[in-house]
Amino acid sequence: MVLISKQSIRDYGKGLALIVILLIVWEGLALLIQNNYILPRLGEILSVLLQPAAPVLGGESLIQNTIQSLKEVLTGFLCAAAIAIPLGLLIGWSKEVQTYLNPTIQILRPVPPIAWMPFAIAWFGIGFHSILFIIGMGAFFPILINTVDGVQGVRLRWIEVAVTFHATEFEQLRTVILPGALPVIWTGLRVSFGVAWMCVVAAEMLPGTTAGLGYLIMYAYNLGQLQVIGAGMIIIGVIGLGADTLFRAGQERLFGWQGKE
Amino acid sequence: MMEPVLSLNGITKTFRDGEKSCPALAGISFEVAAREIVCIMGPSGCGKSTLLRIIGGLDSADAGTIDQASGNKDGKPSAAMVFQDHALFPWLTVYENIVYGLRLSVQNLPEEEIAKRAESLLDLTHLTAFALSYPHQLSGGMKQRASVARALAIKPSILLMDEPFSALDTFTRRELEDEVVRIRQDLKTTFLMVTHNPEEAIYLADRIVILSGRPAIVSDILQIDLPYPRDPADPAFIRIREQVTRMIRGKA
Repeated sequence: MVLISKQSIRDYGKGLALIVILLIVWEGLALLIQNNYILPRLGEILSVLLQPAAPVLGGESLIQNTIQSLKEVLTGFLCAAAIAIPLGLLIGWSKEVQTYLNPTIQILRPVPPIAWMPFAIAWFGIGFHSILFIIGMGAFFPILINTVDGVQGVRLRWIEVAVTFHATEFEQLRTVILPGALPVIWTGLRVSFGVAWMCVVAAEMLPGTTAGLGYLIMYAYNLGQLQVIGAGMIIIGVIGLGADTLFRAGQERLFGWQGKE
Repeated sequence: MMEPVLSLNGITKTFRDGEKSCPALAGISFEVAAREIVCIMGPSGCGKSTLLRIIGGLDSADAGTIDQASGNKDGKPSAAMVFQDHALFPWLTVYENIVYGLRLSVQNLPEEEIAKRAESLLDLTHLTAFALSYPHQLSGGMKQRASVARALAIKPSILLMDEPFSALDTFTRRELEDEVVRIRQDLKTTFLMVTHNPEEAIYLADRIVILSGRPAIVSDILQIDLPYPRDPADPAFIRIREQVTRMIRGKA
């Protein structure tokens, strides 16, 4: 155990080293260029980050903007999951349903979520609901595809065990197919959360939005405040990393059996 | 012979794959009496597993009937199945695996009742200390014991086993074979087991049903009259083993 943790600390160190080098290069170039409109100094970015509760550029604080974006991401993500998981179970389970739905899904899947923006605005107006729709569109397909794959990957033998105990189709779904597919569904959720996070930033950049990290970045861009953009990007990256770490930890904790059966 | 727990009458099965058809079973008939251990043997690919799957409800026969006596009080016929690969659910603990079929087959059974039955089965299969372990934390023999316990939990009228111990090493295998004999003694369970190993069949079975090659018919039913526990080094045992081996070779 001690050896493993030493190894992982060393790995973290290696990962951190590159970040430190990048920061040094950044700062060096910033000193050289001496132009805040091209490359702001790290100190400037840091001073924005270190006052998370202070109003930024006369608007909401970093914390308020972050909370706004998180609220949008979580709502959109949960709505997408609530539709994609049951639908994926159904498609994975029934060849017939899959035959009907697959062409539609494959056509809609490659459409970038942001391309829906004009329709979203036309249907839902400017603001929260449009952003939700965009995020939902982005988050939906990774969950759906992984749920279908997960169901189709459930070992036939497990289902046979349920059948020998006279499980009804619903019982098979509840006791074998869902838990058997869950690790793959979880992977879908992890990927999807990353996509949702990207979508929120893009969606908030559109006119009519008044808060959120994406909005903040766009607003700072219009005012030429690159240090605020840098701060926003760092927050987005760190939250993305944090979410991914949580999902990975969950994966290990919940599905430790995976690959060992 | 006692009242049969299972009787097969003219079970016939042909596999069809487009134009090709491949007859597997051509009218299999035999009976299994209560508390009997019956082994099915035959050349490989003769449809032994198919027959067991039909009895277990995983495949359907083209013709023939299966009469199953009810093993439990509520009168439902119940066969439970143990597969060659333990087929435990990796996301459930050993305890939850064992009570899996019980929860399904007896709805609304009180939790204390479930726990009581699980405990006695854990005890029977020497898995009490591993009740809260997950299958991947167990050895091969322990996994298969858990799988047997899961099948026994529903108090089946007959336990169907498809080469249950063939993936285990020799010593573990003998250990589990001894447990089959002991379980039959303790729980009065009836066993129908497919095996390709003559020694295993003679070690366990009251009778051995020998199937011929494709399409399979019952070519012989051999009564094994040796007392338990049996000794594979016993000359009588060896004589029967030679005989069984000859019979199966002749059918291939």
